[in-house]
Amino acid sequence: MRKLGLLVGVGLGAGLAALALAAWTQPPAAQAGATLTGKVKFTGTKPAAAKIDMSEEPKCKAKYQTPPTDEAVVVNANGTLADVFVYVKSGLPASYTAPAPAGPVTLDQDGCRYHPHALGILVGQKLAIKNSDGILHNIKAKGTKNRPFNISQPTTMTSERTFTAPEVMVPLECNVHGWMHAWLGVLSHPFFAVSGTDGSFTIKGLPAGTYVIEAWHEKYGPQTATVTVTGSETKTADFSFAAK
Amino acid sequence: MIERGLALGVALAVALVRGAFAAPGSLAQDTTAGKRVYVKWCAGCHGETGSGDGPAASAMLPRPRNFTGAIYKIRTTASGQLPTDADLLRAIDEGLPGSAMPAWKGRLTDAERRDVVAYLKTFSAFFADTSQHVVRLQFSNPPGGGTSTAALREGRLFYDSIGCRKCHGDQGRGDGPSAPTLKDDAGFPIFAADLHQSWRFRGGNTVTEIYRRLRTGLDGTPMPSFSDLIDQKFLTDEQLWRLAQYVRSLSPAEPPAVRDVLHARQITGAVPTAPDDSVWARADRYWFPLVGQVIRKARWFAPGVSGVWVQALHDGQTLALRVSWDDRTQSPDTVWLAFEQRLLQTVASDDSGAPRAEPWPDQLAVQFPRRIPAGIERPYFLMGAATDPVYQWRWTSAPRRAVAGLARGIERFDTLPAAPAAAAAYEHGEWRVVFTRALATPDTANEVQFETGRAIPMAFFAWDGSSGEHGSRMAVSTWYFLALDRPTPPGVFISPVVAMLVTLGLGLVVVRRAQRRVPTRSASINRKV
Repeated sequence: MRKLGLLVGVGLGAGLAALALAAWTQPPAAQAGATLTGKVKFTGTKPAAAKIDMSEEPKCKAKYQTPPTDEAVVVNANGTLADVFVYVKSGLPASYTAPAPAGPVTLDQDGCRYHPHALGILVGQKLAIKNSDGILHNIKAKGTKNRPFNISQPTTMTSERTFTAPEVMVPLECNVHGWMHAWLGVLSHPFFAVSGTDGSFTIKGLPAGTYVIEAWHEKYGPQTATVTVTGSETKTADFSFAAK
Repeated sequence: MIERGLALGVALAVALVRGAFAAPGSLAQDTTAGKRVYVKWCAGCHGETGSGDGPAASAMLPRPRNFTGAIYKIRTTASGQLPTDADLLRAIDEGLPGSAMPAWKGRLTDAERRDVVAYLKTFSAFFADTSQHVVRLQFSNPPGGGTSTAALREGRLFYDSIGCRKCHGDQGRGDGPSAPTLKDDAGFPIFAADLHQSWRFRGGNTVTEIYRRLRTGLDGTPMPSFSDLIDQKFLTDEQLWRLAQYVRSLSPAEPPAVRDVLHARQITGAVPTAPDDSVWARADRYWFPLVGQVIRKARWFAPGVSGVWVQALHDGQTLALRVSWDDRTQSPDTVWLAFEQRLLQTVASDDSGAPRAEPWPDQLAVQFPRRIPAGIERPYFLMGAATDPVYQWRWTSAPRRAVAGLARGIERFDTLPAAPAAAAAYEHGEWRVVFTRALATPDTANEVQFETGRAIPMAFFAWDGSSGEHGSRMAVSTWYFLALDRPTPPGVFISPVVAMLVTLGLGLVVVRRAQRRVPTRSASINRKV
């Protein structure tokens, strides 16, 4: 009986130790902060996207099996809306400082379209503007809080630029190809995401607090939601845009 | 109280010291004085708040600068950077050719112009932002030999390789495939520059200025900066200079001078009737500027044709007139319909609402009085009047034909049975139209009879269909003169030769006589030596 008691005791102790060890070895960053996730729904009739005539650019045209269409409104197969920029508009403590950006954010010009079509970047983070097409593009940023720029890229090359002030959104465009538009959200924190091909988005690592979350779409404008998160919980905030 | 007094004293002292050290030519600036100048001279176009929306703005294309964004076309700084004070002052001093902005040097004092620069900067917070470093780019000096064939060929190579033709077109007349889609940052339609009219370049037309625009880009417009290409070794600095030299070579060395009288030389053999006959290369070109028709409704403030080049020849029987002009579209061209609509919406019209864009043809009219006036009296230049009509040739691109008729004001045109012969060619943004007509015709009552040695009044009108121009929306000139030169009589060539021979003969006689009179003396001198 005493033996059994000892065994159980040792077993319990070992188990606790193992648990403690497991808890200790988990990287704290992954646990820190709450997660906000959600879907961007789309209701109403999906607008017909205009076909883009790329016959002036055979190199780009050759990259498509079916004629490419305008990207202003991209409704996914599951009825959700892609390319919606979702971000923390307000609620972060004044003392918050963003971690140093890991590396540049890449915007690729491929097939006479921007990839991605909507994206976010930190103030001071490098935007690497890549021309994969090898034909003339110019990339023009038309921010109002940031100084603009307009660079010529007549060949396969990468140019880097940074932004100095938060701004949602900075329009990017190519004037050689009037259909090429991209939207860049410049923020002083990393709490942003873009709805993907399934309409979902995820923002991780939010400190506890109450936030105004904005979902921004180039045609349907902004929508906001207020969300309170604590600890490492996962909260859901869905948005819904209606056809106009 | 003492503190206030002290503060006032310090302020006074600072003001005095500033006044003492502000040597003429330095950039001492006063925004209060600048505001007075601005309100008086600038606000009419640029608006009280500097937003580029003054009362006159809606009739202008390009629009007056909106100062609130601090985005300036003509700079010496990198793409997107703020301009230097010198850049701003230069735009004020010299104006922006090809736009409504005049040169203010000489109209405003040095101090007034400097003060207004200071005031302009108050319209945008960017100028007060100390993190904005205004750094003038380091520009190299132009390499020599810019007009050599090899240099120009190299420049042309880069014109192609960096894609200038996408907007400016194969021959540089602003007719590239992307041209119909261009908008400026405010969303207004914008034309790719016609590189054959460098005298209309906003930032000046020297090779150095063109090179600088390639380095800096024109902010707020689709024209990008090419500096990254040098940084990334895709182009050398010298190659960018070669491109600037090539672009400059497309325009005449000097801006075309306006001459009042077009001389039609008489040639032996028949006059050329085709637009590309080689004989035209030997005929002098005359430039006649055109402006928007703003006298009668519907007025037009954005004429598509800024002027025509005209050549004339006659053979004693027939007059041939070749009119050439830059027009980025061969109208009607449906590719430009959306651009035309934006243009009509942008440029205010005194009609109710913007007219709908339609595929209008291009047109040209050459106007004469019905009879050569004996005195200085001429019919009303704007297509005559009901009581005093004018004789016109009117050519249209579609259907492609020319007619003659009597215009009795803008609204009324009565076609005459006899039309001039016309042949037209369109190529790379240029129309060339040749009109030919007998000097003398049977209908002497309505058709001007071209006589040699007379000053025949002549005027021009042009419509760019793709700019929505038709009817009174057109470009007009004032009266000029056509003079058919008489053949040079043989005496003109013979009499100088005769005069020379006679002079020579008389001279020889004088010399001979002089030599006969003094032979003994000169001979004795020679002997002494």
